[in-house]
Amino acid sequence: MTDVTNDVIAIIAKKVRVENHPKIELSDRLEDLGLESLDAVEMIFDLEEKFDIQIPYNANTNNPRTEFATVGDVVNAIQKLVDKKKS
Amino acid sequence: MSDVNRVVVTGLGAVTPLGQTVPAYWDALKRGTSGMGPITLTSTPEELTQKVVAEIKNFEPLEHFEERELSTLDRVSQIAVVAAREAIADSAITIDMPLSLRTACIIGSGVGGMMTLDDTYRRVYLEKKKRVFPLSIPRLMINAPASQISMHCGLRGPAYVIASACASATHAIGAAFHMVRSGAVDCAVTGGSEACISFGTMRGWEAMRVMAPEVCRPFSIGREGMMIGEGAAVLLLEPLERAQARGAKILCEIVGFGMSADAADLTAPDVGGMARAMQGALDDAGMTASDIQYVNAHGTGTAANDEAETKALHQVFGNHAKSLAVSSTKSMIGHALGAAGALEMVATVMAVRDGIAPPTIGYLGPDPACDLDYVPNEARAMNIEAALSNSFAFGGLNAVLVAKKFS
Repeated sequence: MTDVTNDVIAIIAKKVRVENHPKIELSDRLEDLGLESLDAVEMIFDLEEKFDIQIPYNANTNNPRTEFATVGDVVNAIQKLVDKKKS
Repeated sequence: MSDVNRVVVTGLGAVTPLGQTVPAYWDALKRGTSGMGPITLTSTPEELTQKVVAEIKNFEPLEHFEERELSTLDRVSQIAVVAAREAIADSAITIDMPLSLRTACIIGSGVGGMMTLDDTYRRVYLEKKKRVFPLSIPRLMINAPASQISMHCGLRGPAYVIASACASATHAIGAAFHMVRSGAVDCAVTGGSEACISFGTMRGWEAMRVMAPEVCRPFSIGREGMMIGEGAAVLLLEPLERAQARGAKILCEIVGFGMSADAADLTAPDVGGMARAMQGALDDAGMTASDIQYVNAHGTGTAANDEAETKALHQVFGNHAKSLAVSSTKSMIGHALGAAGALEMVATVMAVRDGIAPPTIGYLGPDPACDLDYVPNEARAMNIEAALSNSFAFGGLNAVLVAKKFS
C-alpha cells in the first residue's frame, strides 16, 4: 500500500467505531463504518492538515456517503489532490 | 392567571445589516432586502474562503459615543447600547428612581467581545507584543453588553447575559418575560447582541463546512447552508397595567415561552427537542395550534435545520401546519447567532402589530422535505393574531416565544 493509502486509512480509523472494524480495508463502505456528518468534517480537517491540501466540501450539499462509497474512493480522491499539488 | 402580570412590549431597538433603527430594519424586511455583502470587518478577508456575510454597514461608533468611552466598548457592546437607547426612547419611558431599581437588563450573546479577543490574540501571538490594551478583559467579557447597557441607561435591577449559542437572545427575552410576569421587576430591557465577524471566528465557521458561499435560501430547493450575520436588538417589556397607566403605546403582548434541551447530538438538530419547545410555548400561553397564524422560523438555511424544523412544525401543528405562514428572517440578515432571537423577535412583534409576514428571500422552489408555506420572496399582508419566534442552538438548546396582538 502507498503512504497516502496508509495515512487515509489511519485517519478514517480514528473516526469510525473501531471495535466493529479492527482492520479497515479499501473495499469497506463508509456507510457500514458508521461515519456521521461531524465525523466527516473532522476527517476532512485531518486529511487537509496531513497532506496540506484544500478539500472542497459543504456539509449541506456534499454527502460523503454517496460521493465516496468506499474507503478506496476517498484514497483515490486524496491521491489526486496530492498529485495535483506536487505538479 | 389573575395573580400574574400580562406582559407587553412598548419599545423596540435594532442595529442590523438592513438598517440601524427599527423603522429602517422593518421597512427593509418588508421589501425583502438582502443584507449580504463582502466581508470588510476582518483583517485580510482575501485569505478567507467565505467571501460574503451580513455586516452592519457603515456603523459609526463616534455618532453614538465619545471617543474616551470607546476604549471600554467592544463592537458587541456598542451596538447593544445603541439598540437599548432606541428601545427606551421608542417606549417613551423614563427609567429614573425608583423604577431604575426594579428594571432588569437581560441580554443574550453567544460569544461576547470576539473582535477584541481576536485583536488581542493577534497582538500577543502574531505580533509578539509584550502587552495588550489595558481594558481588553472588560471589553471582551461576555457579560459586557448587559453591563454596558445597565451603565449607559441607568438600569439598577437584575442584569446579566445569557449564553446559549444561537438561542441566547430568545432565552434572554424569555427570562425577562418571566421576571415581568411574576412581578419580580416592573420593567425589562432585553434582547441580544453579537458581533463576531472576525478572522478567527470566520475560520471557525469555515471549518464546520456549513456556510453557503453567496446566498442564504432557507427551506428552498438548492439551499447551500447558513450565512453569518451580526447585530443587536432590544425590547422593552412592562406589565400591562403599568404601561396603560402611563399611556404607553403597546406594540404587542408576549404570552408564552417554551424551552427544551435535545440531550442528543452536539450540532445535528433534533425534531423532538424543537417540537417540545414549541409545544411548551403554546402551553405556557394557554393556546392551541390553531391560534397561531405566523411562525418566524429558526430557518438557518442548512439542509438539516430546515428539514428538522419543518418536521417539528408538522408534529406540533398537525393539519394546521399547512395553514401557517412560516418565514426565515435569516434569509435577509444572515445568522446573527446569539442576537438572532432578538432581531427575529423584533420582526415577529412588527409582523403581529402590522399584520404583515416578512418573506423568506432567495427561495427558488419547494424542497420535498420542506413542504410548508414559507412566504417565498415577497412579504404578505395577513391577519396575525399570534405568532411564534423559534430559536434552536448548537448544543441542542431550544427556546420559543409567543407574541400576541394586543387587544
